[in-house]
Amino acid sequence: MSAITRDEVAHLARLSRLALHEDELDQLAAQLDEIISAVAKVQEVAQGDIPPTSHALPLTNVYRPDETHQGLTPDQALAGAPAVEDQRFRVPQILGEEE
Amino acid sequence: MTASEIVRMTAAELGAAVRSGQTSAEEATGAYLDRVAEVDGQVNAFLHVDRDTALAQARAVDARLAAGEDPGPLAGVPVAHKDVFTTADMPTTAASRILEGWRPPYDATVTARLRQAGMVVLGKTNMDEFAMGSSTENSAYGVTRNPWDLDRIPGGSSGGSSAAVAAFEAPLATGTDTGGSIRQPAAVCGLVGAKPTYGGSSRYGLIAFASSLDTPGPLARNVLDAALLHEAFSGHDPRDSTSVDAPVPPVVEAARRADVEGLRVGVVKELGGEGYQPGVLRRFTEAVELLESLGAKVVEVSCPSFDAALAAYYLIAPSECSSNLARFDAMRYGLRVGDDGTRSAEEVMSLTRAEGFGPEVKRRIILGTYALSSGYYDAYYGSAQQVRTLIKRDFDAAFENVDVLVSPTTPTTAFPLGERTGDPMAMYLADLCTIPANLAGNAALSVPCGLADEDNLPVGLQIMAPALADDRTYRVAAAVEAALADRRGGPLLAGSAFAV
Repeated sequence: MSAITRDEVAHLARLSRLALHEDELDQLAAQLDEIISAVAKVQEVAQGDIPPTSHALPLTNVYRPDETHQGLTPDQALAGAPAVEDQRFRVPQILGEEE
Repeated sequence: MTASEIVRMTAAELGAAVRSGQTSAEEATGAYLDRVAEVDGQVNAFLHVDRDTALAQARAVDARLAAGEDPGPLAGVPVAHKDVFTTADMPTTAASRILEGWRPPYDATVTARLRQAGMVVLGKTNMDEFAMGSSTENSAYGVTRNPWDLDRIPGGSSGGSSAAVAAFEAPLATGTDTGGSIRQPAAVCGLVGAKPTYGGSSRYGLIAFASSLDTPGPLARNVLDAALLHEAFSGHDPRDSTSVDAPVPPVVEAARRADVEGLRVGVVKELGGEGYQPGVLRRFTEAVELLESLGAKVVEVSCPSFDAALAAYYLIAPSECSSNLARFDAMRYGLRVGDDGTRSAEEVMSLTRAEGFGPEVKRRIILGTYALSSGYYDAYYGSAQQVRTLIKRDFDAAFENVDVLVSPTTPTTAFPLGERTGDPMAMYLADLCTIPANLAGNAALSVPCGLADEDNLPVGLQIMAPALADDRTYRVAAAVEAALADRRGGPLLAGSAFAV
């Protein structure tokens, strides 16, 4: 049984902001299916009342002193930008005409 | 001092020679730059080398020393950085097209601390794109070759670093280990590579892959050199909220001590046997016998949850990566594709990411997005986190009875280039033995334990210790290294095709 369809991969690609080609969708559907069936093993092992571990280090509430430091200058911050205008990041249109 | 004398020295010896004035940082750096120019056409370990910048740094170190400053035992020693650490004076790409030519505005903590220690950056090394891979074949800038056999992989993801050190193009290199990306390349190139305790080395300025697992660490030609580099960049960093505020484990002292008398060593039952290369298992068994002959008490230990570690890892790491790599949005830095005035930001973002990321990175982003999506979250990501708890419990139980655990570092020696690129699951198996220590966050190290009979390629012994007991891994590794060098009549790397 194929668990992951091509449409499902297309949906995941949209969520991930990846404009994948048609052949990439086909290939990924097959590969994901194989990988997911291999890693599904975790469900058999994780039986019973086991608390999750999200992190190797059980640290909580890590604070640093509230002090001001010199940050990047505007020129440094913009140095790697694909496009700059008036000392700002220039980006493509975010809102539609109606918004 | 001649260039070949310099390149042949250990990092510890080279540092001492610079201190005593037998050589200088500039002469040492020049010798290594010449070596890179001579052999990197064959190995392709480096993505970026800048002779003038490196020599200028070296002269600045010589000036600091001349002024009476004491930056430490590695002053004047060159180092190669995996291209995942930001460097303000060199490009940083994580071997991805999406960051081609990017110059970071700041240094990573690891970079900054090693500069402070007087080390000279030779250049940036190749890697699997965003550290996702076990062979360095996922780089957008070509494959790196294993100096022991140029038709084989140097390991990954820190394969440029391992190849550079094994080919004597650098005395030391940095790497990062998320699922084995320092220990596996070290093992297949005949080097020492350590994954420090999670939080023991700072992630600030490290391009993130899976933040709960990523750990910077050293690669070196011997145990003491690895310990010196480990000590030089470790320690609490307020800029990394997961950095441990505790003293650096005494790794250099442990590497010098090198005795295992009375130490309790556990052989992990689950890491070995079927599916492992016979020559790897033979060298591993001999290493365990060696430890016993040196006075260690060896017992077998069972860690049953380790069998599910690989599965848990390939849910947790892609999940974290799918979230971390969302920052590559074509807006503030890096590649931007298709911004022709007619497309929306979202369209430009999708086109840029499709063109800028390679196949493995896309695969993991999609896999992680799947594992985190509603309806599947509990079954996959949630279960994987529970497995992580079980693995931690296995380690905790084992360390009640033993001081260290040992296993082979990898199931096989270096495999041929191209062998696993079409089969993601086969590639993932290269990390089978190294992943448990990442999931639990404890210290682990790989040290060479000989060559496999079938192919005369290096085999690594993995030593795992509790969190913040990194020194134990160095103590055991140094004992193994010394005893094997006595038997062999010299270091393992003397047998490599690129030995000097």
